Amino acid sequence: MIAAFARSLVAGAVVSGTPLLYATLAEVIGERAGVVNLGLEGVMLMGAVVGFVTTVHTGSAAAGVLAAALAGAAFNALFAWLVVDRRANQLATGLALMFCGVGLSALIGAPYIGRPITGLAELRVPGLASIPVLGPALFVHDALVYAAVPVAVATWWALFWTRWGLAVRAVGENPVAAFAAGRSPRAVQYQALVLAGLLAGIAGAHLSIGVAKTWAEWMTAGRGFIAVALVVFARWQPLRAIAGAFLFGGAISLQLQLQARGVPISPFVLDMLPYVLSLAVLAAWGGMGRQAAPGSLGRVFQGQR
Amino acid sequence: MNARAIVTTLVTALLVCTGVAPAQPKLIVGILHVGSITDAGYNQAHADGIQAMKRNLPEVEVIEVENVPEGADAERVMESMIKRGARLIIPASFGYLEPALRVAQRYPEVKFAHPGGYKRVPNLTTYWASTPEGFYLLGMAAGKVTRTNKIGYVVALPISFFLANINAFELGARSVNPKAETRLVFTGTFLDPAKEATAATALLDQGADVLGVIVDSPITVVQTAEKRGAYSVGYHYLGAQKFAPNGWISGIAFTWGNLYTRFARQVLDGSFKSENILGSLGDDLLAIAPFGPAVPADAASLVNAKRQEFIGGRAHPFQGPLKDNTGVERVKAGEVFPLTDLGKMNWLVEGVVGQPR
Repeated sequence: MIAAFARSLVAGAVVSGTPLLYATLAEVIGERAGVVNLGLEGVMLMGAVVGFVTTVHTGSAAAGVLAAALAGAAFNALFAWLVVDRRANQLATGLALMFCGVGLSALIGAPYIGRPITGLAELRVPGLASIPVLGPALFVHDALVYAAVPVAVATWWALFWTRWGLAVRAVGENPVAAFAAGRSPRAVQYQALVLAGLLAGIAGAHLSIGVAKTWAEWMTAGRGFIAVALVVFARWQPLRAIAGAFLFGGAISLQLQLQARGVPISPFVLDMLPYVLSLAVLAAWGGMGRQAAPGSLGRVFQGQR
Repeated sequence: MNARAIVTTLVTALLVCTGVAPAQPKLIVGILHVGSITDAGYNQAHADGIQAMKRNLPEVEVIEVENVPEGADAERVMESMIKRGARLIIPASFGYLEPALRVAQRYPEVKFAHPGGYKRVPNLTTYWASTPEGFYLLGMAAGKVTRTNKIGYVVALPISFFLANINAFELGARSVNPKAETRLVFTGTFLDPAKEATAATALLDQGADVLGVIVDSPITVVQTAEKRGAYSVGYHYLGAQKFAPNGWISGIAFTWGNLYTRFARQVLDGSFKSENILGSLGDDLLAIAPFGPAVPADAASLVNAKRQEFIGGRAHPFQGPLKDNTGVERVKAGEVFPLTDLGKMNWLVEGVVGQPR
């Protein structure tokens, strides 16, 4: 009984945490380049709807994921144009983009509500899936779940161990200095935001064609904003984002599991669990180390590009 | 304004004045939906009702708006419908009640019909269909089908009307299977398909082999059950079974078509009056979906016999003695919990695993 509970809890945590991880990584990359994107929710929704529509028409979930990534990238490129080239305020533009994404995705998706799809297939990892308890919890999932942690590691590697990553971080800390050193802040921010859009699109696709296998308006239900908060939680570190996303996913899974098991706690209290847990961790970590935010986060580079 | 626009305006004005204008519809009906009309759930049931009305009364025109937020936006949408000539408005969501009451008081000549409302004015009528009897019947069918004796329900929020439905369901299940229990998971929201999928999976992992759902759209939960080889019961809309060809048990659904036709006829002939309409199994507002392949023939005939008892008033879903799931007696032997008091049902009956608040 306990084993079944643990298996279900961990499996639910992994499924709930995966879209959060992709979305958090997207925001980490953008913010490392100095751009706050509060429109992440809208970018995810564009990915979710385009991925779903493509899957309906092609019958291929892989094509859906690809289309979702491209849609996310295109939508975030629009954001990049507004905040980098047009030098618009990042916070206001992000919120406008969020509402734009909510409306546009609803418009695109309206004829597709209630259309059945097969969605991403569950893949059993041979051998590992037979491990008691943890096997079925961790190794019977769709491909995007398996890819999530490697993508986080790759993001960490790209940001901290490549020249491109150095440029991204330099632009995020001090675009003037980066410019003086021969880097183009404009090009770097565009690259970072397009890459972020790819990941946010995949996050949305995982919701619509991986988990729910249906399209519903505003189906991200605030996960884009949770991801923005998880970036702070993760201190702009891709590896810490893994912990943050799965901790939050675990809290969502835990509250549903506790209810399914009939634990006598009010559903209203259980519904707060993920947020209470986040606050507790933030409070515990609050005083540790120096402030980790990129130095020029949210500031618009006014110099030459 | 350019010359062409001026000419067009003048011609239109002339046509209107001389009565050569295109034939006006006899009645324009406006309907507001809180979600999408293809959700295979609550909203689609209302939208299908309005389509049925159009088939019955081809001379009636419909203005239909989806995804209207509950609040000031709803008021504006209703006012714009009235400006476009609507004389009957159906604000088809519980949360539209207050906005509709305000608009109704400003436009006494326009008639309103609100689902589930608890307040009325002379030009606003309220309607709903009593669902506990239907849930009792679904519970009977599910109680006969389940092998693990565990039925899982994914529910948006612990609202008294939902608790009443769950209680009736469990009582129906127990009436044919004393070991049947109903487990609840509240998602805290009417629309979050990813969370619904996780909740459904959690219930299946706890051993449930039948799933039911009370959120806006049943699609995700019904599909999740089907994929895991479990059974499902539906709510709101008859078409949900296409998502579970194997595991479908049955569902209850609202069939508003005849009622909307009656409302439109009443507005046309001037007999519209404000009343509180509460439909039931016996009339045409509530339908039981056809049984799926999983339901054995003897269970189907048991359910149908009970249905006739409900219709004939010979049975009541909340017949005492009833205890809640903490052991407190809630309805004494020989008494019933009145269906008009469902708003006060803040407890869960014995056999339901879950917290009412």
